[in-house]
Amino acid sequence: MPETIDDAILKLEGIGKRFPGVVALKDVSMEIGRGKGHILLGENGAGKSTLINLLGGVFKPDDGRILFDGKAYHPSSPLEAFKAGIRVIHQELHPLSNLSVAENLLFEHLPRRYGLVNYKQMNARAAELLAEVGLNVAPTTLASSLSVAQLQLLEIAKALSNESKLLVLDEPTATLTSKEVDRLFGILKRLKARGVTTLYISHRLEEIFEVGDDVTILRDGQHVITRPLEGLGIPKIVELMVGRELAQHDAFRGDSTISGEALGVSGLKVTSHSPDLSFSVAKGEIVGIAGLVGSGRTEAVRAIFGADAKAEGEIRIDGKPVEIASPKDAVTAGLCLATEDRKIQGLMLDMSCAQNTTITDLARVSRNGLILRKMEDDSSRQLVRELRIKTPSVHQAVRTFSGGNQQKVVIAKWLFRGPKVLIFDEPTRGIDVGAKAEIYELLWKFAAEGKGVLVVSSDLPELMSICHRIIVFSDGKIAGEIAREKFDESRILSLAYKEYSRVRQH
Amino acid sequence: MSGNIEKMTEAKAPSVWDKLIRISMKEAGVTIALVLILIFFSLTAPYFATPENFLKIFVQIAINTVLAAGMTFVILTGGIDLSVGSLLALCTVIGATIMIDPRLSPWQAIVLASIASMGAGAVLGAINGWICEKWKLPSFIVTLGMLNVASGLARVVSDNSTITGLPQPFVDFGNLIFWGVLPSIFLIAIVVVLIGWFVLRYTVFGRFVFAIGTNEEAVRLSGHEPKKYKIAVFTISGLTAGIAAMVYLLRLNVGSPVAGIGYELNAIAAVIIGGTSLSGGKGSIVGTLVGACILQVLSTGLQLLGADDNIKPIVIGAVIVLAVILDSYRGRLMRILESR
Repeated sequence: MPETIDDAILKLEGIGKRFPGVVALKDVSMEIGRGKGHILLGENGAGKSTLINLLGGVFKPDDGRILFDGKAYHPSSPLEAFKAGIRVIHQELHPLSNLSVAENLLFEHLPRRYGLVNYKQMNARAAELLAEVGLNVAPTTLASSLSVAQLQLLEIAKALSNESKLLVLDEPTATLTSKEVDRLFGILKRLKARGVTTLYISHRLEEIFEVGDDVTILRDGQHVITRPLEGLGIPKIVELMVGRELAQHDAFRGDSTISGEALGVSGLKVTSHSPDLSFSVAKGEIVGIAGLVGSGRTEAVRAIFGADAKAEGEIRIDGKPVEIASPKDAVTAGLCLATEDRKIQGLMLDMSCAQNTTITDLARVSRNGLILRKMEDDSSRQLVRELRIKTPSVHQAVRTFSGGNQQKVVIAKWLFRGPKVLIFDEPTRGIDVGAKAEIYELLWKFAAEGKGVLVVSSDLPELMSICHRIIVFSDGKIAGEIAREKFDESRILSLAYKEYSRVRQH
Repeated sequence: MSGNIEKMTEAKAPSVWDKLIRISMKEAGVTIALVLILIFFSLTAPYFATPENFLKIFVQIAINTVLAAGMTFVILTGGIDLSVGSLLALCTVIGATIMIDPRLSPWQAIVLASIASMGAGAVLGAINGWICEKWKLPSFIVTLGMLNVASGLARVVSDNSTITGLPQPFVDFGNLIFWGVLPSIFLIAIVVVLIGWFVLRYTVFGRFVFAIGTNEEAVRLSGHEPKKYKIAVFTISGLTAGIAAMVYLLRLNVGSPVAGIGYELNAIAAVIIGGTSLSGGKGSIVGTLVGACILQVLSTGLQLLGADDNIKPIVIGAVIVLAVILDSYRGRLMRILESR
């Protein structure tokens, strides 16, 4: 139970938020003490981002109410949130890059005279604010020339410009060097001395003790605990974050025979100065890739598939090295990749189900460059039946399909090609429970047919219930590999956090 | 309760009414518009509904139809080709120069000139596409550059003068009229349209043109090289500029470095009025033919009505914008229909 805080600046009462197919927050009540450093923790998908987006005026809650500084708070836009005194600094910063630092800083309330911008006054005020956060650039510098760390300081200065009372920082240290992190913490301490409250979200458990007084933990969209950080160790925190009963195991049906290497990766470098990655997937095996969002999982599978610039390293299919410089090479070699974002990268939404399924291998349904319509429709119909895609006709545009059915079309198009290794990036994101189960069935079927299957997912229980083996990514590196017999959620999570906790020590 | 979660709609089979609306929003929609315009002018404009007038219209739309057919390929992939007008000028002077070469027999000259004209168009079109893909540049600006380059080349090749004195068999063929209303050059245009229609509808290449216009990244990640196809559509557009140049020579019997000014805009207008989406992925070459007809019928009809020459461009301009407005509603309507 959250203990009551005498002087709360922010109170959430029974907050709920739903998106199509997902409950993001459910009956969340919490309080943040005035002038405190408050930490918000939770796994991927626990509801942290939704919560800060509610505070920042990006979404509105479906249930419950928020009290800020004693008054009801329901911003309908980020500008309103800013004016009310809450400043959210998102992970991805999007400055007005062609404007100056001063213009960015005072954009919401540019000093004016006779309706024109008073540049002299603007630059003078900007210089004061920049000095306050220790950002050492001229007010006239273009925002596009600032580093990520400098942009963060700019955002903080912006919060000061408005006397913001609550500063929300979403993973501010994710892309900073340790020196920059130290400076950021110095500034946060100064702000605290001035009475500014901060709500701080981070994956780096080591650093939260430096900036936090209290902590709130969310799990599966629900509030777990709010309490002082004091007396709480990292193992206890991880336990509270995971906390759920590990019951999903029994669904496992991966009874395929595992033999020989289907996909081998040796010394893969996603970019020229990223760490080497080496791992393999056997025939008939389902291998999961776990890790935090941004830990380099998607980048790694895209590199294997040749989706971006050519990566260094060796890739083997069926034990034979293959040269992959483009998706074309990858597909020819027998690889396929169902991308993270099926609408943008996977499907041609305004084209028919049949046209989407055959795009991977039009040679199979054509002769002398002419498409054999009947053959195409029949092949597509067969896949629609096999994957139980719900559609009245294969001529229906896939835009009209539900998320689960769209994902099945993506799987259908790759089955049509007949790959040796299937890679899935977040195959069940935004899909309802029923379709999820069907997709798991398909993965097991592929494995049973002797194909290699590699699955990236942020849903740990999902990986634990479908995989033979899990590889854990942490900060771009492989932090460990765990076999099915040894699956343990807190062990996987501590591996996922491993590289992040280490960063602060050198 | 949880409003959005249960909203898992299962797509239903479209009703007859939905189907009718859907068809009328494709080529049939513009065709109906064309028929209405024809009826309007037949009733109001003197001499409009006569074989002589239709012969005149057919003569006048041939060049634009050929150019617009090639343009349709480019626009379907989401690109644009501004260079076709001046490519046409360049190809007319190349073709005419070869045709008046005294060392060649008339037939040799005609065959060679046709090959050279179409070849030059295709090569320059391929260069357009290659530059766009090699440096990832928008086709708008690359073909704008080519517009100027080709125009300059046309002046260099022709020494800045018009070329006359084409072989008699060639001139005679250009003057041929079948059944009193169908000029030879219009038949050439129809053949080009038919080939284009067939390629887009029935070939693997045509499928890729639509697929790339719909979602290029999905095509790439399905293991293909969109680059190849995008260079090909610019090559086709250049090739049709070369064919259009031969049609120009058949019709006017002169090669001129100042031919084709503004033709690219008429071609784009025909494609857009014909219902092809500027953002790619949707449209048809039959629609383009109808679009070209609408433009010319409007122009001729207004003239016969005795409208001021200055009024004509105002009306045509309004029609182009109207077509695009209707197109935006069409997209929305289709989506509403399909999500029902």
